[in-house]
Amino acid sequence: MNESKNIDYLTCLFKSLPAQSNGSLSQDTLPEDQKLWLKRLRAQAIDKAGQLKWPTVKDEEWRFTDISPLTRLPFKPAKAGHVPGLSETQPLFIEETVNRLVFIDGFFAPELSSIADENQLIIGNLDTLATRHAHTVSTHLGQYVQSQQNLFTALNTAFLHDGAVVVVPQNTVVDQPVHLLFIATQAETTHYPRSLIVGEANSQMTVVEDYVALQADNGAYITNSVAEFKLAANAQIQHIRLQRENVNAFHLANCAVSLDYASRYQAVNVAMGAKISRFNLDISFKEEAAECVIDGLALITDEQLADTHTCIDHLKPNCTSNQQHKCIADGKAHAVFNGKIIVRPNAQKTNSSQSSRNLLLSNEAQIDTKPQLEIFADDVKCAHGATVGQLDKEEVFYLKSRGLSELAARNLLTYAFGAEILNSIPVASLKHTLEQTVLNQTRSC
Amino acid sequence: MKNENNQILLDVQNLYASTQDTEILKGINLTVKRGEIHAVMGLNGSGKSTFAKVLAGHPDYTVTQGKIQFEQQDLLALPPEERAQAGVFLAFQYPIEIPGVANSQFLRLAYNTIQSKRGTDELDPLEFDDFVRGKMKLLEMNPDFLDRSVNEGFSGGEKKRNEILQMALLEPKLGVLDETDSGLDIDALKIVAKGVNHLSTEQNAMILITHYQRLLDHIVPDYVHVMEAGRIIKTGGKELALELEKHGYDWLHGDRQNNAGISA
Repeated sequence: MNESKNIDYLTCLFKSLPAQSNGSLSQDTLPEDQKLWLKRLRAQAIDKAGQLKWPTVKDEEWRFTDISPLTRLPFKPAKAGHVPGLSETQPLFIEETVNRLVFIDGFFAPELSSIADENQLIIGNLDTLATRHAHTVSTHLGQYVQSQQNLFTALNTAFLHDGAVVVVPQNTVVDQPVHLLFIATQAETTHYPRSLIVGEANSQMTVVEDYVALQADNGAYITNSVAEFKLAANAQIQHIRLQRENVNAFHLANCAVSLDYASRYQAVNVAMGAKISRFNLDISFKEEAAECVIDGLALITDEQLADTHTCIDHLKPNCTSNQQHKCIADGKAHAVFNGKIIVRPNAQKTNSSQSSRNLLLSNEAQIDTKPQLEIFADDVKCAHGATVGQLDKEEVFYLKSRGLSELAARNLLTYAFGAEILNSIPVASLKHTLEQTVLNQTRSC
Repeated sequence: MKNENNQILLDVQNLYASTQDTEILKGINLTVKRGEIHAVMGLNGSGKSTFAKVLAGHPDYTVTQGKIQFEQQDLLALPPEERAQAGVFLAFQYPIEIPGVANSQFLRLAYNTIQSKRGTDELDPLEFDDFVRGKMKLLEMNPDFLDRSVNEGFSGGEKKRNEILQMALLEPKLGVLDETDSGLDIDALKIVAKGVNHLSTEQNAMILITHYQRLLDHIVPDYVHVMEAGRIIKTGGKELALELEKHGYDWLHGDRQNNAGISA
């Protein structure tokens, strides 16, 4: 990495910042004091981002993923632009959903959104709710994601102007999934999607966090997203995360999850798009008896790179984590999985399992998988396993002996490998759509 | 039933095959006509299962000599899927589990692939559902099997029944059953045998590969062949299986010289 390029990129970014760390936000139309907390949050992030260095392959956390190509793309933050019509966006909607927040290049699009349960939930865009529910939002926003060492979360907060906020009050069950749809339309820009999801005590909800490009072939752009999840005691959240950016895009994402007593977090993360993508998922067991189930699938081809880094931090006793991650790499694609599990000294009776299974479909594809267990307690169960393989010859023969062509047999087996993860998606129409996508993608292999 | 006037379906001549430079089949000769049921018996390692796999075109085995004619076609020239399309079916000794693919999805895909190659109509999911449920009754299979992943978590008997179900759907001209009886309790064996008998017609033929005479109490063969060291060393009628059951395979060694290389 060339140091001067690095400076160019960051300098360019900071020049485009609407505010200096000690100045005021010129875009604000609301009374100064109502968003003071937000300005402070941003100011701190701007200072932090200025101190952090661009990561290179010399950093252990980035050694498989070279993001130096991004420094050659001085993409300015996106500005509010043309909002596509319903006819273009409707195919992306989920039929079971009554609550949907749509963002175009990071800007809230109320005309495409749908809010049905406003009386039951706090749901809407950050810019509105930061004043209307200032106390609740300021209590949580920026409190769970780690910005001290992470340039991209710091940049996301520094450029924070809007985002999705969903707060489920205690004892409330939201039946239908909430869809957070982040659509990219402008090439050569960077956008900064942000989500804050809070489940108060004994609440239940399902959230779909969805990153998509409107055209499959529009130019390169950068998505730098941050999502924060807070689950209070006994709360349950099902989180489906879909990354289906276009193949020229760069997707850098951080998701932080904070789990209180006996809460349950279930996630399915699917990465199919982007030229280079990096997803960090950090889960903290803040109190006892909580549980998480994390399934992940990366399905990539050509020259795509998909990197998933997860860190499950068992800070308290009696918590359970189950993780299953799969990568399918075809063409010259490169998939990376780094699964860290930390069991702190007092986190006795931790029960943790991790499985990383990987499928190479071509001789030029590459998969790097690294389970990383750091166990400091002695009365724990931690199981982990990692495999990298090709399609099983006997399975292919079995299908061919039933009349299927070599290609059809391979595609069906590839589909099946991925479908095992998609089967955990609790939203039927979405599961079906993704299964079709995977079938089509494997068909073209 | 055998009928001397029936057409020859399968003609295996002097078949040699090896895997990883080890020769396993050493000159098999076998002729099968439509309407016939053949049993191939023999000890472990005699080459029975290899013979079955070679008929289906398993990629691990290389045919080094000999010919296989299937209805005037050179079977060895066809890849496995075209053999299946031409009407060869292998019921696997160890059916493969495919997690993530529903059995119904797999069965319909296989059925429709074969149907389209034969130029007949494919069935949509609803039509296929009715069709497959009818076939499942024959094998006393629980309809739940359709929703489960292919063979995943099936017991040995359930897997074997699923194989026979596939044979019932695909209606092959030649069914090769590789130790379909192994791992079956007597009730499951009777159900599978009933299914096979039901599917056996004047137009098709079956090759049953088995260790034991037990299966042949329920499916009566027209010919019994005994394999040893990669060859058929003796051929007889159904009574040969009973003799083997009574005297054991060693009994053959007395008159082995006279019968070597002779086949049906």
